[in-house]
Amino acid sequence: MRGTRYGPGVLTRFANVSDPIPVAGGGLLSRRALLKGAMVMGAGAALPATAANEHLGAAMAWQKTPGRPPTGYGNPSRFESAVTRTTYNRYGAIALGNGGSFTPLERLRGTITPNGLHFERHHQGVPDIDPAKHRLVVHGLVRRPLRFSIDALGRYPMTSTTAFIECAGNSFPNTNDKPPQVTCGEIHGLVSCSEWTGVPLAMLLEEAGVRTDAKWIVAEGADAVSMHRSIPIEKARDDALVALYQNGERLRPEQGYPVRLLLPGWEGNMSVKWLHRLELVTAPVQARDETSHYTDALPDGRALQFTFEMGVKSVITQPSPGWMLQGPGYYDISGLAWSGAGHVARVDVSADGGRTWAQAELLETAQPFAFTRFRLPWRWDGGPVRLMSRAMDEREQIQPTRAEWLQRYGAKQRYHYHAIQTWQVDDMGEVSNAY
Amino acid sequence: MPTERSRIATLAAAVAIALCVANVSAAPDLGEPVSAADLVGLSITIGPDGNGLPPGRGTAIDGVDLYVDRCASCHGVRGQGRTGPALAGGAGTLAGKAPVRTVGSYWPHATTLFDYIRRAMPYDNPMSLTNEQVYQLTAYVLWLNGIVGRDESIDARTLPGVKMPNRAGFVNAWDARDRD
Repeated sequence: MRGTRYGPGVLTRFANVSDPIPVAGGGLLSRRALLKGAMVMGAGAALPATAANEHLGAAMAWQKTPGRPPTGYGNPSRFESAVTRTTYNRYGAIALGNGGSFTPLERLRGTITPNGLHFERHHQGVPDIDPAKHRLVVHGLVRRPLRFSIDALGRYPMTSTTAFIECAGNSFPNTNDKPPQVTCGEIHGLVSCSEWTGVPLAMLLEEAGVRTDAKWIVAEGADAVSMHRSIPIEKARDDALVALYQNGERLRPEQGYPVRLLLPGWEGNMSVKWLHRLELVTAPVQARDETSHYTDALPDGRALQFTFEMGVKSVITQPSPGWMLQGPGYYDISGLAWSGAGHVARVDVSADGGRTWAQAELLETAQPFAFTRFRLPWRWDGGPVRLMSRAMDEREQIQPTRAEWLQRYGAKQRYHYHAIQTWQVDDMGEVSNAY
Repeated sequence: MPTERSRIATLAAAVAIALCVANVSAAPDLGEPVSAADLVGLSITIGPDGNGLPPGRGTAIDGVDLYVDRCASCHGVRGQGRTGPALAGGAGTLAGKAPVRTVGSYWPHATTLFDYIRRAMPYDNPMSLTNEQVYQLTAYVLWLNGIVGRDESIDARTLPGVKMPNRAGFVNAWDARDRD
């Protein structure tokens, strides 16, 4: 991936824009400057005039041949075949199902992740579940233990929520001593954002009649490790969703078909896929994945348990490693921000390694617990620069530096990494990962 | 404008009110009743107090052959780890620069071991072991770590009382959180 040229048409470079006023070092320009005008002028300027004239009036091959007929299920253009997830595997051939795949964040725009590119993390592969045989059981400390078929769940009133899901281990490559030279998605792509539709968990709990001594709920999946987690009853009643649909269509098998849990803002492992059992209990059951894993090492050798909420985070997706800037001039910096606390309140961008910062524009699609897209115009002078983004959320939590994050934890801590990312741009325009 | 989060809560609350206010038929109520018999073999979670542990027993000695046959190829005969993670060792390493987190050095509860072996192991054939075999393997892994003796019976009564070396090594961040 390193050194791939995407070309100036992808990473928009604005030529001949009347100079806006710099607002911070390294060539950062006001977020209010010229979005509409610059795009119009940039588009005209990016196409060399001679190239356009050569083809003027000459019809393309696809204008002279009938196109293919409609299909039952659409796929991306064959010219987009490189836009795929990067897969990984934990234990090789002995456990092919223990692994995952990274969303190619640097290849996407907007805030919704296409279903085929949503990241994966499986502990024992993707089960092939027949929905007609699948049941969701609610039992334990309830007055009426109940079992729901998928058809029955489909008859409940549904609601939709746009939410990111982030693996607790996302961005773990940046805990290495040296910055790994891989793509943005291969570092930070264990996070994706979808519109999820389903039945509020609170509704099913109400029907089952939760007893007052029930304080936690154990969610279990029907995969081949029967992955399970303990969840506080407060979250189950607040905004937990029993999700059947993702971006309008039924869940993909790798996202929990036919039914998964969605806990907005909390570590992805708890949004249990292939959900088949919910057991009301008095206290956490100390599952393998809330003791030996998904716990956070402290410097004194102890570990934090039940750290559910994902920290405030942002990353510049364009430009990022793999991009080559096509010479000095104007570029639009674009990135994603999110927080387990809810809304992203603000994102700042630096082009001088954090000495000075400028406030980025947050695009109007922003919703709580979802990706927020930010942008900032930038004029690159052709010299080496260090690009960074720093998010702040509605609770005024600020994304930490890498040094601040490392200081909080013990050695080999791999979860909840949410430190500021630095991209180094060298004088050839090549972008790389830097600490 | 209501947030997505508050809309979920509002929809849930509306149904809750419909249920409580008297007219139960206003709720979908499409779940089927589940009996205790329906939960046999399905309700497999073991709590740290031993809740859910089935009848049966086993010792480390009982488990040697089974461990060598079904576990050692990935975890090593002494639990040192091979292609799979280490199950034993690592005592005293947690605060250092190269922590080794194993059942013995890290896991706070012995019940988790029974629970996880039964639901997920062996990796290529999960849920294939009998409860007796799971007790034997639980005993064997605890013995590898020097936590129980080789002839010590591990069963529903004794397992919750097994004292794990790192039992006090965890901070419950949920209970300690700021309640704002």
